[in-house]
Amino acid sequence: MSAPDFLVHGRTDTVGVVVVEGIKKGQPLTGWVMDGDRTIKIKSINAIPLGHKIALKDISKGATILKYGHDIGKAVSRIFKGGHVHVQNVKTKRW
Amino acid sequence: MANKRSKRHLAPKAAKNNKTSVVHAKEKSSGSRVRWQEKKFQKPAAKVPVYVDQAPLQVLSPKHKKRQAGKPTFFGYRRQNGRVGIRNHVIILPLDDLSNAACEAVENNIKGTMALPHPYGRLQFGEDLDLHFRTLIGTGANPNVSAVVVIGIEPGWTQKVVDGIARTGKPVAGFAIERNGDHKVIEAASRQAKEFLHWSSELQREECPVDELWVSVKCGESDTTSGLASNPTVGNFIDKMDSWGSTTCFGETSEITGAEMVCATRGKTPAIGKKFLKTWQAYMDEVIEPFKTSDLSESQPTKGNIEGGLTTIEEKAFGNLEKIGEKAKYIDVLEPAEKPKKGPGLYFMDTSSAAAECVTLQAAAGFVVHLFPTGQGNIIGNPIEPVIKLSANPRTVRTMPEHLDLDVSGILRREMNFNQAGNALIDICIRTCNGRLTAAEALGHREFVLTKLYRSA
Repeated sequence: MSAPDFLVHGRTDTVGVVVVEGIKKGQPLTGWVMDGDRTIKIKSINAIPLGHKIALKDISKGATILKYGHDIGKAVSRIFKGGHVHVQNVKTKRW
Repeated sequence: MANKRSKRHLAPKAAKNNKTSVVHAKEKSSGSRVRWQEKKFQKPAAKVPVYVDQAPLQVLSPKHKKRQAGKPTFFGYRRQNGRVGIRNHVIILPLDDLSNAACEAVENNIKGTMALPHPYGRLQFGEDLDLHFRTLIGTGANPNVSAVVVIGIEPGWTQKVVDGIARTGKPVAGFAIERNGDHKVIEAASRQAKEFLHWSSELQREECPVDELWVSVKCGESDTTSGLASNPTVGNFIDKMDSWGSTTCFGETSEITGAEMVCATRGKTPAIGKKFLKTWQAYMDEVIEPFKTSDLSESQPTKGNIEGGLTTIEEKAFGNLEKIGEKAKYIDVLEPAEKPKKGPGLYFMDTSSAAAECVTLQAAAGFVVHLFPTGQGNIIGNPIEPVIKLSANPRTVRTMPEHLDLDVSGILRREMNFNQAGNALIDICIRTCNGRLTAAEALGHREFVLTKLYRSA
């Protein structure tokens, strides 16, 4: 497999991490799910900077975001598959 | 007996093996005299460039033996108390802020010594003062330090630091400024520092098994690439070092928030896990809760973390925890700057998550080499404990190469797996222990930052 565009930690994760620069809206992306060594494909619906997260499925408002197979916060607005997941739509449950 | 022991250490042995190897030289004998002829190289040197931004960088391949697979050894300085250091610093340690100027003057007088200026030491009390003394004494006691000159404003507290360091058996001398003034103290302390430096500079390294190596870890300006690649590289290192019987340490109490229950399961026993949770809860109750703001005012995650794609403290915490690997279990929970007492193994230390504060505390507990994975490019160093920096972020590797000792961005491109990255980290760590200067050392990063628990009296 050539170098992936995004990486996913766990098989239950709802987000992946973009590991290349310059991902634009509407770009078909290849992802590597590290746990289980699987390849998945998703089209970006936003520009997503290096290191930022991409939604692997539609996520409803209030839903828990899963990464590393764990709870990393909640969606504060609806997020669509392929969308940019960050501080504008996700908030910590801690402070 | 004690005297005999210290005497032995004070007189440096001449190198046992006194073979001189003259590289590129050939022997020529004429009559009874033996002459050495120097070899001349014909290759022309690189042209001096008109514009320096076009100058090629000469990258030299390091001259070190390729490490054998399996448990490594390293060359370190064995100290009087049996611990092994990887650097040989004579430090000029101020007790308090007022003594920084004198310490820096001594450092300037005696080349090869190092002053460690800091802003505290006056009117502290209780637990905060205990931590101040523990950190200063621990810094002087660290095996990377061969000898210490302590300067304080008055003799009482100065003596406490001198006595604490003297318990390691290493040479230490204290000077107080009141009734003497800066001039006289600088002169006397310089004279002493020079003697320490001569003695120290003749000490020799010896080969030591890696279980005598104490390694601390902490990440900084992390981003999602830290959790994906550079932190698990450190985790791979920790798992291997743990199996070889080394002593290792992680910290960052607040930054485990969100993953604290998972971290508790990594204690060797349920009781140790519980001790961790108690320490974490106390940090929450005493530090975070009373002063809490939304996202802790862009401090957890930091502005840099957010720029790098980390959204919440929970996400950052799970990435952070990747540093302790998959198998290693921590065998105790340490107070800030507390020396490990339960033998070889992984320890958790109650520290702030600010890089320089954390590394300063770990160095004061006796750790001699530090592994620091970064995403966005934290550039921290420590005066006495070399900080090895690694990153997996391809942009950071491209834009800030002078700060990095190891590039593991290949993991993200699937060119390198964690086992290979972990071995590369062991390799650079052993080379650093053997004398290779880190990027932070070369650039003069000496962030010595004492942790202060509360306002002074």
